[in-house]
Amino acid sequence: MSLDKSTLEKVANLARIKVKESEIDPLINELNNIMSWVEKLNEVDIDNIEPMTGVSDAKLRERNDEVNDGGYQDKVVNNSPESISNSFSVPKVIE
Amino acid sequence: MTNLSNLGVTEILDGLNNKAFSAEELIVEYIKILKTKNKHNAYIHFNEEKSLNLAKESDARRAKNNSLALDGLPIAVKDIFCVKGEKTSACSKILENFVPNYESSVTSNLWKQGAIYLGKTSMDEFAMGSSNETSFFGKVMNPWSKDKQLVPGGSSGGSAAAVAANLAPIALGTDTGGSIRQPASFCGTIGLKPTYGRCSRWGIIAFASSLDQAGPITRSVKDSAQILQYMSGFDIKDSTSADIPVPNFIDACSSSIKDKIIGIPKEYKIDKLANDVQKIWELGIEWLQDSGAKVIDVNLPHTEYALPTYYIVAPAEASANLARYDGVKYGFRAESFDDLEDMYCSTRSEGFGEEVKRRILIGTYVLSAGYYDAYYLRAQKVRTKIVNDFNKAFNKCDAILTPTAPSGAFEIGANMSPIEMYMNDVFTVPASLAGLPAISVPGGFSDDKKPLGLQLIGKAFDEETILAFASVIENCSNFKNSIKDII
Amino acid sequence: MREPIILKGETGQWEMVIGLEIHAQVKCKSKLFSGSSTEFGAEPNTQVSFIDAAMPGMLPVINQEAVDQAIRTGHALNAKINNMSVFDRKNYFYPDLPQGYQISQYKSPIVGEGWLIIDLGKGETKKIGIERLHLEQDAGKLMHDQHPKYSLVDLNRSGIPLMEIVSKPDMRDWEEAGAYLRKLRSIVRYIDSCDGNMDQGSLRCDANISVRRPGEKFGTRCELKNINSVKFMMKAVEYEAYRQIEIIEAGNQVKQETRLYDPIKNETRSMRSKEEAHDYRYFPDPDLLPLYITDERINTFKKNLPELPDVKRDRFQKEYNLSFYDADVLTADKLHADFFESLAKGRDAKFVANWIITNFFAMLNEVDKSIEESPIKEEQLGELFDLINDGTISGRTAKEVFEEMFTNGGNASEIVEKKGLKQISNTDELEAMIQKIIEDNSQQVEKFRSGNEKLFGWFVGQVMKNTQGAANPKVVNEILKKSLKN
Repeated sequence: MSLDKSTLEKVANLARIKVKESEIDPLINELNNIMSWVEKLNEVDIDNIEPMTGVSDAKLRERNDEVNDGGYQDKVVNNSPESISNSFSVPKVIE
Repeated sequence: MTNLSNLGVTEILDGLNNKAFSAEELIVEYIKILKTKNKHNAYIHFNEEKSLNLAKESDARRAKNNSLALDGLPIAVKDIFCVKGEKTSACSKILENFVPNYESSVTSNLWKQGAIYLGKTSMDEFAMGSSNETSFFGKVMNPWSKDKQLVPGGSSGGSAAAVAANLAPIALGTDTGGSIRQPASFCGTIGLKPTYGRCSRWGIIAFASSLDQAGPITRSVKDSAQILQYMSGFDIKDSTSADIPVPNFIDACSSSIKDKIIGIPKEYKIDKLANDVQKIWELGIEWLQDSGAKVIDVNLPHTEYALPTYYIVAPAEASANLARYDGVKYGFRAESFDDLEDMYCSTRSEGFGEEVKRRILIGTYVLSAGYYDAYYLRAQKVRTKIVNDFNKAFNKCDAILTPTAPSGAFEIGANMSPIEMYMNDVFTVPASLAGLPAISVPGGFSDDKKPLGLQLIGKAFDEETILAFASVIENCSNFKNSIKDII
Repeated sequence: MREPIILKGETGQWEMVIGLEIHAQVKCKSKLFSGSSTEFGAEPNTQVSFIDAAMPGMLPVINQEAVDQAIRTGHALNAKINNMSVFDRKNYFYPDLPQGYQISQYKSPIVGEGWLIIDLGKGETKKIGIERLHLEQDAGKLMHDQHPKYSLVDLNRSGIPLMEIVSKPDMRDWEEAGAYLRKLRSIVRYIDSCDGNMDQGSLRCDANISVRRPGEKFGTRCELKNINSVKFMMKAVEYEAYRQIEIIEAGNQVKQETRLYDPIKNETRSMRSKEEAHDYRYFPDPDLLPLYITDERINTFKKNLPELPDVKRDRFQKEYNLSFYDADVLTADKLHADFFESLAKGRDAKFVANWIITNFFAMLNEVDKSIEESPIKEEQLGELFDLINDGTISGRTAKEVFEEMFTNGGNASEIVEKKGLKQISNTDELEAMIQKIIEDNSQQVEKFRSGNEKLFGWFVGQVMKNTQGAANPKVVNEILKKSLKN
């Protein structure tokens, strides 16, 4: 499988990363090198093999339903590049 | 007075307890060194006032005979651990000026034992790299550099360099595919990656959640054991943290390896393995054998697939883990943009470095519609096979000995393709994928006098055995004494 | 059997195919993966932990109660509870999604296939399939009207546990869809896994709808969002069905997309232009291990499942000898059913059912109040019933007392006492009064006795006039019948 320009553009858009026009070709080249290298995995017989879902075979632990967090709005927003009235802000969105 | 910055954990704690020096004197000495000798750029910042205050509190406790297990011990922290009130950015522009209002569980565990925050060390941006060259705060120089400037390895390059250059007795690192072990090997230090789940990941900036694990970088095996002792432990806040008791790691360092079985995987004898690395590896085998261990060959047939597997799984997880850096809640936001979408794209394009962007793109691609099965799902299946390989091998042996990296430290600015760079982790990645504990311990030097590490991989939650083996290698290699001959 | 509504287009008949995706906010104190509160209506960002705000290094830990509620709900929907389920990350960028991904369940949901029975009036029912139920995090809220340049983000809702309940495309018109939504709401309220409040958004509904020629294969569907009442859902489905028919009949194709329902204009409009760019890249969340649920745990919840609306309705019909209609009305909401049952204890159940449906529920409905907000509590209404039953007041007076209680408060006996509404049931007193009326009106008595039986009502009227309406009509009737015969 080879990654083409339109796929790269789609992927870059999904990842919200801008790729300059001049960077597209070298990047495609580089990513394709990496992807064809990882395609070495096609040699491995994976029939009847379960994918790894967790490194440990432990079960998911569940916590009790208790309210013991939150209530510190200043600490939540004080790292924000632009907070307004204790809320985060983004350029106006039209829904 | 002895040179305080040469001291290891035990020596420092003994010195403090014997009143040979105070915690304050120790910190003052370190701050002085950091101010004058950070030529390696290992630290990105430190907080003199905070460290001094903590030292004074520590001295006060000791004066009242209330001292804690690690009281007064200075620790440098990789910039990936959230330290309350201290800028934490994973050396990325996108987290510029982020100051956490919380403390990572691992650092919190250490501060609770009286350890003192010394400063933040440099790293590859978001722990993505093997040379520490992707740090937003500039390159870090390996203290072993002579005529040519060498990389310290990565991603915990700042931590390894700081410890190697006596700028800290201990530094914390994190290891995702070798990020503790490879820089430890390059800088001639000990680097221990515990079993996945041994140390809480809570408060550590995530790169690849199923692989990330915190660990110590020190100048002796016992120091690593002593720090790991207090870093470890079950944490209810991390769903992947293991709820199992923490054994006595310090005792484990001195336990006998007689009749223990060490496995040697032939698959690690790759074409690109340098002769000098091969030679150190053989020496290591000899040392263990001479100390009573039994050496056997083991098979890890899927070893060559580990690295490609890693370079699917880790970027995939990273692509999601790094989606939160969007210029809304913290860190960097682009100066100018047209609308919301443009704010996202500009912020992320300007805020992330090239390697991070490359991995986000790869990760996004391997998860995207039409490619998921071919890449991500396949990789997770191969990962299962890699785990099975280890399980089989560990039916026959107690630990596995390999080189840590295929070569010694390379030059800063070496013109490497991404894949050539990735090859640095060829020996460290398999244990990461399987979540196994592994330690890098200096075995000797390359032909051009660069440190070379040997890696011991253990069974899950059996750090004790690899600490015992590593201690033997540490003693046999006589690395510490040979430093003097070399420098 | 009830036939689904068939729509007539220019070119012939059309059938609707409807599936609903319900997002039900799980009733529990804290969020799905953090310990912050789920309380509604707090100041922006006050119920946000570092985890909910996706601060670097934060990790999710699942809330046991949310899992339990999903198991309960699964049982109530006759569904298979899966022993193993997996949490996945659903990746997309939006300011209300701080992590850049929503933790949801994709390939392995906690609950698999099930079904429920909807009621279509006149005792007609239909079985609707449930595709799955899974747990996921809610997103935050964007506020657009607080600032001229910016939209503000409030994360109080971020991370609140939701159950997404997906039906099979088994509904064929808006009546069925409405009945499904009402039934599902009723069920989650019965088992107390969701408060079912559509106004506050704790129950939200997306509708998938397509049209087709009757019996043919499925057409292209559109997903309707922003539906916050049963009524609007039904209207939205109706509007959308006609819109799609118009498109197809004009020779065009329906585009598969997400559409927003506008309840004011009663129309749907295309929501996101970049729909095709969506690619959620689901993958198992490496911060969470697979969720294993033992058979023992599953069975415990099954055993302890409360009586559900259908079963309760059948029981009410049998036990209290109620009509299907009355039993259905009473059991639609668990609180209503409980209210009825506690009042019916020791009283005439049919009378109680009739009275609370025609008077009490009607009044609540009129002032748009829920039973929890009712100014009249159970015991108070019980007292009123007892006053009717022992003849202290008449049924008509009771209504007056009830209205007084409802608007101004107070207990029935006090109001009766204060306003002198007690009816005269004293036989001696009434007999004497009637005797006097007979004596004073011999002509009328004569006419009655000679066959003009309509005059009986006139005599009753005289008694009522004399007593200002306070005479017990039952007693008056009996005495009059006796006295006039002689």
